[in-house]
Amino acid sequence: MKKFAAVLLALAVLIGCAAVVSAETKDVKVGFIFLHDENSTYDLNFLNAAKEACEAKGVEYIIKTNIDEGEACYDAAADLVDAGCNLVFADSFGHESYMIQAAKEFPEVEFCHATGTQAHTVGLANYHNAFASIYEGRFMAGVAAGLKLNEMIENGEFTAEEAKVGYVGAYPYAEVKSGYTSFFLGVRYICPSATMEVTFTNSWYDEALEKEGATKLINNGCMLISQHADSMGAPTACEDAGVPNVSYNGSTVAACPNTFIVSSRINWAPYMQYIIECVQNGEAIPADWTGDIENNAVMLSEINEKAAAAGTAEKIEEVKAGLLDGSIKVFDASTFTVGGENLTSYLADVDDMGDFAPETEVISDGYFHEFEYRSAPYFDIDIDGINLLGA
Amino acid sequence: MQNEKREPLIHISRRGEISWQRAFAIRALAIVLALVVCAAVCVIMTGENPLSIYGTIWQGSFGSKRKIWVMLQEIAMLLCISLAVTPAFRMRFWNVGGEGQSLAGCLACAACMILLRGILPNGLLIPVMLIASVLAGAIWGVIPAYFKAKWNTNETLFTLMMNYVATQLVAFFCVVWESPRGSGQIGVINLNTELGWLPTVGGQKYLLNVVIVALLCVAMHVYLRYSKHGYEITVVGQSIKTAHYVGIKVEKVIVRTMFLSGALCGLAGFLLTAGTNHTLTTTLVSGRGFTAVMVSWLAKFNPIVMILTSFLLVFLERGAGEIATNFRLNESFSDILTGIILFFIIGCEFFVTYRIHFRRGDSEAKIHV
Repeated sequence: MKKFAAVLLALAVLIGCAAVVSAETKDVKVGFIFLHDENSTYDLNFLNAAKEACEAKGVEYIIKTNIDEGEACYDAAADLVDAGCNLVFADSFGHESYMIQAAKEFPEVEFCHATGTQAHTVGLANYHNAFASIYEGRFMAGVAAGLKLNEMIENGEFTAEEAKVGYVGAYPYAEVKSGYTSFFLGVRYICPSATMEVTFTNSWYDEALEKEGATKLINNGCMLISQHADSMGAPTACEDAGVPNVSYNGSTVAACPNTFIVSSRINWAPYMQYIIECVQNGEAIPADWTGDIENNAVMLSEINEKAAAAGTAEKIEEVKAGLLDGSIKVFDASTFTVGGENLTSYLADVDDMGDFAPETEVISDGYFHEFEYRSAPYFDIDIDGINLLGA
Repeated sequence: MQNEKREPLIHISRRGEISWQRAFAIRALAIVLALVVCAAVCVIMTGENPLSIYGTIWQGSFGSKRKIWVMLQEIAMLLCISLAVTPAFRMRFWNVGGEGQSLAGCLACAACMILLRGILPNGLLIPVMLIASVLAGAIWGVIPAYFKAKWNTNETLFTLMMNYVATQLVAFFCVVWESPRGSGQIGVINLNTELGWLPTVGGQKYLLNVVIVALLCVAMHVYLRYSKHGYEITVVGQSIKTAHYVGIKVEKVIVRTMFLSGALCGLAGFLLTAGTNHTLTTTLVSGRGFTAVMVSWLAKFNPIVMILTSFLLVFLERGAGEIATNFRLNESFSDILTGIILFFIIGCEFFVTYRIHFRRGDSEAKIHV
């Protein structure tokens, strides 16, 4: 009997070991491809998340910075695969076609791409898109801006009709349009008389042009500036002119201590940790992943009390709660008009087949369903109250 | 006060003939010094031992089969543009417009791929793309040449400015043909149909480019050394007066040579857009038009030697990039290393051309360097 028990015990131990072996996770080595380096606020945000996620998960990683949106991206991806990476991540919209090219060539490697649009239509099991519902973050940042405008109106600095906001955007396409529109709707949620002027630089990173754009907006009478472009151009122009700034990609308070109010940003660490776990456990990564406030992918930076209006933190918490429980919808169709009319229907080009043909109805239940049909923005409507310069 | 002529501490004089061994030794020494300084900077920055740094430089070009192919492709493209600017240089026409002439080729090529897809069959589309690219580059080269020949304008400034015109034109068309709308980017052209893409030869996507440029290199060598055109170019380069005297039509030679120079840049643009990148961006040529000036000049305008100089520049640049990646340094660090290397390589040409004498006390003896 004793012998039998010993054998049983030994067997149990063996099975236990086997179970441990089979549950052992796969080694992961991550390769990152970034368009610029840490001088760009956009890429810095990714760089920090990459280091944070890899260190938290204890995996090896290689980072390649300043990779152009061309053949260089494919070469970098292939090179990372050669170096033993089984997970490759790229951060810029223009990297997408080259990531797809690499994904076709290396089916055993997972390719994840931020801000892209084609994963759900290209039909590759190892190619994935990711983004976050940053329009909610912009809306909250807009609330902070609206409070600041109201404060300045109360202080008699300008009248309610003069409450004009300026916005420096990169390109006039959905990602930027969705961004400034949600920001503007946040401003108007608090300061209903506000209007907005938008100027485009046609570049993701051009410090001189962004600074020039912000200065032009300030000279046009904009009382507060925000931006969706990646250099320090607009924030520093605001600091020079003493005009409040709502930033993007991360806090710019160090360079702009007197004018920086708050910044919205996407926290990429949760997604990066998630895909590392998927590869470790051999699970499939979904074609589209959208981070949100709940999973900590959409965040606001610390509020700069020196520049922000009193009560900003409390109001933002309140709006955040509303966004989380669904009582506030950013693109509530009753809050904006196009040509004086409220929209009840809109077809968007969700399936990006290069044909520019909109095919998906995105307004229902009284609001525009941004990010719900793919993990990239498709809100590209020009709404009333926003004046596009030079467009 | 003594009325004695004082010899300066340092005295520089032009060397006469220098033996090739001595010139070679000076250049080799410069490269060794460059590598030593690079290693020193790397050691200070990273704390790694210098041998692993040299190992990494080697890895950058020869680390894997793919890296070797990428290096060959980089050499081919740099060499192609260097070969293109060389006939103009031999004529002492300083064509620094290789960048713009190549971009014009890229633009024409992309235009055909976008506007003629579905209209022409692929077998016809590719020759049309080739002709359009070569012509676009040639036109971009002939404009400054015509002004030089007709009104003796400064070709350096003119070709330089034509680069910016080409870049802006490309930026404009990137918006015209953008996909998706508003993004300002064209992306990969004909991604699904692969219309207008050059075929892959021997299962290697860079092989065709490498073979074409290798043939071009030999052809350029023969053209410059053994053809009547090559002779005319040399004579015009040495003395325009002599050229007139012996009955060479200088204006015609200038325009013809720049047509060739621009056309070959256009060919490089064709290989970049149709052969490998299948896109159009303002940074597609990525400064090769300027690096080509150095490749050509360091090789003393000899096409065969240019294989070596372009290899050297590509090898060092890729090595510097590998260091930046492997030791988690900023990509700007590779620019710093490239800068150090170029400083020594260009600087050594001074010592090849001149010699320095140091005064030593009162004695007649001097130290020669």
